[in-house]
Amino acid sequence: MTSESASSIQMNFQTCPEQYQHWNLSFDGAIAELILDVNENAGLFPDYELKLNSYDIGVDIELYDAIQRLRFEHPEVKTVIISSAKDTMFCAGANIRMLAGATHGHKVNFCKFTNETRNSIEDASKYSGQTYLCAINGTAAGGGYELALAADYLILKDDGNAAVSLPEIPLLAVLPGTGGLTRLVDKRKVRRDLSDVFCTVEEGIKGKKAVDWRLVDEAVPTSKFDERVRAKAKELAGKSDRPADALPVKLHPITKNMTEEACEYSYLRFDIDRKTRTATLSLNGPSRKLKDDLDGVVEQEDQFWPLALARELDDALLHLRFNEPSIGTLIFKSTGDVQSVLSYDTFLHENAEHWLIREILLYWKRTLKRIDVTSKTLFAFIEPGSCFAGFLAELVFAVDRSYMLEGQFENDIRAQAELVLSQSNFAVFPMANELTRLESRFYGEMKSVDNARSLIGKRLEAPDAEAAALVTYSLDDIDWEDEIRILLEERASFSPDALTGMEANLRFVGPETMETKIFGRLTAWQNWIFQRPNAVGDEGALSLYGSGTRADFDKKRV
Amino acid sequence: MNKVDYDNLIPNNVDLSSDRRLQKALEKWHPGYIDWWKQMGPDGFQDIDVYLRTAVSVDQEGWAKFGYVKMPEYRWGILLAPQEEGRKIGFGQHIGEPVWQEVPGEYRAMLRRLIVIQGDTEPASVEQQRYLGHTAPSLYDMRNVFQVNVEEGRHLWAMVYLLHKYFGRDGRDEAEDLLMRRSGDKDTPRILGAFNEETPDWLSFFMFTTFTDRDSKMQLEALANSGFDPLARTTRFMLTEEGHHMFVGRTGVERVIRRACELIKENGIHDPSDVGAIRGLGVVDLPTLQKKINFHYSVTLDLFGAEISTNASNAFNASLKGRFREFSIMDDHLLHDSTYPVLKNIDGKFVKVHEPAINAVNGRLCDDYIDDCEQVMTTWNRVIKEYGIDYKLSLPHRAFNRKLGEFSDTYATPSGEIISADEWQSCQGEWLPDNDDLHYLLSLMQQVIEPGKYANWISPPRTGINGQSGDFEYVRIAA
Ligand SMILES: [Fe+2]
Ligand SMILES: [Fe+2]
Repeated sequence: MTSESASSIQMNFQTCPEQYQHWNLSFDGAIAELILDVNENAGLFPDYELKLNSYDIGVDIELYDAIQRLRFEHPEVKTVIISSAKDTMFCAGANIRMLAGATHGHKVNFCKFTNETRNSIEDASKYSGQTYLCAINGTAAGGGYELALAADYLILKDDGNAAVSLPEIPLLAVLPGTGGLTRLVDKRKVRRDLSDVFCTVEEGIKGKKAVDWRLVDEAVPTSKFDERVRAKAKELAGKSDRPADALPVKLHPITKNMTEEACEYSYLRFDIDRKTRTATLSLNGPSRKLKDDLDGVVEQEDQFWPLALARELDDALLHLRFNEPSIGTLIFKSTGDVQSVLSYDTFLHENAEHWLIREILLYWKRTLKRIDVTSKTLFAFIEPGSCFAGFLAELVFAVDRSYMLEGQFENDIRAQAELVLSQSNFAVFPMANELTRLESRFYGEMKSVDNARSLIGKRLEAPDAEAAALVTYSLDDIDWEDEIRILLEERASFSPDALTGMEANLRFVGPETMETKIFGRLTAWQNWIFQRPNAVGDEGALSLYGSGTRADFDKKRV
Repeated sequence: MNKVDYDNLIPNNVDLSSDRRLQKALEKWHPGYIDWWKQMGPDGFQDIDVYLRTAVSVDQEGWAKFGYVKMPEYRWGILLAPQEEGRKIGFGQHIGEPVWQEVPGEYRAMLRRLIVIQGDTEPASVEQQRYLGHTAPSLYDMRNVFQVNVEEGRHLWAMVYLLHKYFGRDGRDEAEDLLMRRSGDKDTPRILGAFNEETPDWLSFFMFTTFTDRDSKMQLEALANSGFDPLARTTRFMLTEEGHHMFVGRTGVERVIRRACELIKENGIHDPSDVGAIRGLGVVDLPTLQKKINFHYSVTLDLFGAEISTNASNAFNASLKGRFREFSIMDDHLLHDSTYPVLKNIDGKFVKVHEPAINAVNGRLCDDYIDDCEQVMTTWNRVIKEYGIDYKLSLPHRAFNRKLGEFSDTYATPSGEIISADEWQSCQGEWLPDNDDLHYLLSLMQQVIEPGKYANWISPPRTGINGQSGDFEYVRIAA
């Protein structure tokens, strides 16, 4: 894939099982099987073949879609088995030719998305009662093993062939890009020296040794493999609290009307300004007050406002990341009735135990996290008529800076801007660092968090919000236009790289978690290595892969 | 809140009465400014009528209205030189583009910094000069220092206007800070060194307005062709006032020289360097004048910043701050490939080194300043010559007594010999005013307030202000 083809092909994140090229989904009561069967000739870009169950972004878009549908459309599924349809190959990881030809920007976006998808697998196992079991029925190399690592339980076929490996370093002179190193030591708790050995053994580790080193949980001979996988899947399903007989919530295709400069969904639109390199995402509140009970909500399926909005926001974020690399700043705005938003917010919390509502809250959690790790400047503008309340207010705390209008614009009759906190802002949507956004914002000043908590339910106007340090600046209409113009012009003049680095550093305060390590180290180490001649130079390993020529490394340590 | 009649209170040509943003900002800043003036403006003369010039508009009619006014009631105005239709940017990377009427976001910080640095010097000099009224050698001079002071106040207004109008909240904060810093204060000093020096006596004042206000002139000239049009227009109007400040300085020193020469001649003193004899006459001797020149000139050179400066080249490249009289320079106004000779100390010798011109913008402004100062020296020496006295005042070498730039580590004599640190230590008293000199000058400072009378150490001016007669009561002290 040349940079030209990457930039000319618009990536689409909407798909459905009927259109899958690379995955088969099958169901057996509480157990679903997600089988990787990559179609070699169906790569998203024309210049590589997806041999050996290797993947590109297209394969991962389908995986992400399947995971989402398993959550919403299959309340009855309690265990998901990931396996491969190929004979001896589980998955060879990300396609090397695809990587070698991709622009740096695409590689980064690709790795980020695949990471988010792996994280969402773990999220399902941990919070949705939908546990992932990986049946490694062939060799799992690199990204293939990293995919397996996202599952809760790994069963490796012990047939003298199937191995798990992370061969990136000996083979390609890059790092495993999907959290493999972190998950080895943090999740699997593989001893660090053994991990060192493992990561430098190209052919990987098989059978009992893989179990001894904790690389997998079990190694099972071919004859007993399927049976054992079934049994384990059943056992895991037994621990789930998902309902057996709930109505599924079908995820219909998202309707959107996209032009060069704007895109309109039902509860969201974004507008692109190429001059200031910004995209303004305007979120709409619910079109009506919530009058329904749970049954009424389930009946609305994916049209239930919080779910519909989350899907649209998710789609917009992915679109802007992949298809609009030059747009450096995302501006969040909202329009709607604060009270209506709060009625939904309350409803969600009152019914948080219900499987569907739980899924919706989890989806918002993941979408907010997607915002957190987006390599673009994030601003929120809180203007008259906006509805940043409850879970929508989380957007205000996700951004790098927030600006709130004090009073009204001249000749504007809309209600003064208000910000309203709810319990949504205090526990429900942790960031990757496992702190809430307010805890991150007020890191080291619990008093401010407590103070904010005391403001739950209060309709905060700009001076109140500023006094409680909930917004960066409150500006009156006299200053607004000019301040905002200058803010955007100034931002657009800085180095995008430096901004990405600064923002990522400042967004994640406090403790490291597996997730923050995965994203942080991806950004810091992998992206550095991806730029270095030892990987991508003419003599670099990634460039020469498959050519039979050995890479010639610059031997200096940096 | 009462609706204030802004246009009457504050002479302006910026449509203040319909500019809500500006009104809002001024509502808060204006009382603070008046407080500052009362606290830090001329000490002891706040309730006295002073014959001052007020600019009420920028045309011929309005730029010089004379009348008695109590200084806190002075009508400080916001006046910009008229907008030129279709003006284009004349230098730097934006050359040829229409000038900006709004701050370009990418240059916001750089522009704000330029404006704050310029703005900070204005109240600083008022603070430095606040006690001079008590030792004024005449009502004429007293009035002049007050005129300079109110105009420096207006220059502060001019910069604050830009901050208020174009820099929003940050601008208001910066404008506030301009009133909080204090010249010479340990904790909250003014930004630039020379503006924290004392102005204890009138010779210092005249030297300051000769040399340091001339630096202001150079800075304003460099900003007067800025791509940011409001800044260019503001500074162009400020230059007319700066001209008067330099006039006060240059003629002040000239009158000091004239009086000294007069008495030297009258008393038949043959050696113009006979300090003791000349001081016996109660006037300022020429060697002390030379030392004062050495001091004020060298300290002011430091205000230009390093000759080779990336800040300056960034500001030039960004089309924010040009060179002196940019438009009369015959080059491409981009400076991508040209060089400029910069004097350096290389292995103990002064050598001109060709540096990329874009990096030497400060050095060049400094050169232009030096040329300007040379002309002042010529007029002063003409007076000495008039009296047939064999003495010549001169500017010291540019490496002399420098704390900043190319020569910050060089010890040089006024004539430009490079010397050792030890030699500098033992000789600097010969070149710079020492305590004796300063005490002597202070001893001369006696207030003279009888209309038409002048202290012994200074001659009367050639003409009065606004054509007033010799015994005009410029400041109504008696009442
Ligand atoms: Fe001034
Ligand atoms: Fe001045």
